[in-house]
Amino acid sequence: MSFINRIQPEHLDILKEVGNIGAGHAATALSKLLNKTIDMKVPAVRVTSFDTITELVGGSDNVVAAIFLRIEGEAPGNMFFMLPVNEATRLIQYLTGDQSFDLNHPPYSELGLSALQELGNILAGSYLSAFSDFTKLNLQPSVPALSIDMAIAILSYGLLELSQVGDYAIVIDTEILEKIDENSKKTTGHFFLLPDPDSYEKIFQALGVPMNE
Amino acid sequence: MSEVVKVGMADLNVAKPPQKIRTSGLGSCVGVVLYDETIKVCGMAHVMLPNSSLGKTETMNKAKYADTALVVLLDKLKKMGANHVRLKAKLAGGSQMFKFSSSSEMMRIGPRNVEAVKEKLKELRIRVVSEDVGGTSGRTIEFDPETSKLSIRTVSQGVSEI
Repeated sequence: MSFINRIQPEHLDILKEVGNIGAGHAATALSKLLNKTIDMKVPAVRVTSFDTITELVGGSDNVVAAIFLRIEGEAPGNMFFMLPVNEATRLIQYLTGDQSFDLNHPPYSELGLSALQELGNILAGSYLSAFSDFTKLNLQPSVPALSIDMAIAILSYGLLELSQVGDYAIVIDTEILEKIDENSKKTTGHFFLLPDPDSYEKIFQALGVPMNE
Repeated sequence: MSEVVKVGMADLNVAKPPQKIRTSGLGSCVGVVLYDETIKVCGMAHVMLPNSSLGKTETMNKAKYADTALVVLLDKLKKMGANHVRLKAKLAGGSQMFKFSSSSEMMRIGPRNVEAVKEKLKELRIRVVSEDVGGTSGRTIEFDPETSKLSIRTVSQGVSEI
């Protein structure tokens, strides 16, 4: 029986909490880094089929800057931090002071890419360490990899493990936003957490709500 | 406006003029087009994994694996009147979007998908006319059965035709 069928509403709530705690820490880290107010949305936990997953990342032609980490340890999985290219450009210009850096026009400067990779590393790292503390599971991130490309082509990498056991994915999606002024906010990026199929059992067990057989 | 048939991830479909057929965001996945120029029918598969033996489920989506998807596609095209000996193939995708130092087998899935598709095509005696595979970019591809041209769009290089 597919593991998806054994997942109950309370399990989805647990995954939401994982997204909440993880992205909350990442938002704090980003806020300190930029010295700006960063907000986050309530995480969305979606069970989607592979053909509809495109909608999740803003349509098939949406281009993003993405940092990808493979999570190793007791509950392996994949993690992505995706930013719209314009937003990534703005952040890197701010961090490096190099106004000529633009992700819309390759080739990109090595320094800018390196800064973006490091930014992703810090944010994904704080997400992951909060996740690890919360669950008491031993988790280590791989070295982050960076890609500027079609969102769906990038996300499909995170589906490979899942694709061997079914045609559905559980995606824990948390959006973080930058506060511009009292009334307006601007999307900074999305965290996508995709645990491997065997990891769900371990996460739920660790948090005291095991799955029924 | 001609209609475009969309092929999702781990999906396959067929088309004939004035339709075109398209799949978006091929990363490590491979897009395979089989077509019969004479009667102008074509089919496309968006293959995710090289071999159906990798699957761990009892209910299998055949469009997901290189070996099973091509057989299903061939069958569909034959039902539309395509002649097996006239069929040709074009393929695109199979890139490696991320480079890891500790490159696991799973990360090398792109090249493996390409190899698996080619092997199956060889077994089915279908000739590969042209291909755009490997590299590090995602691709969106569209095939026009009227002209038998496959247009490939990447973020960094724009549109090309094979």
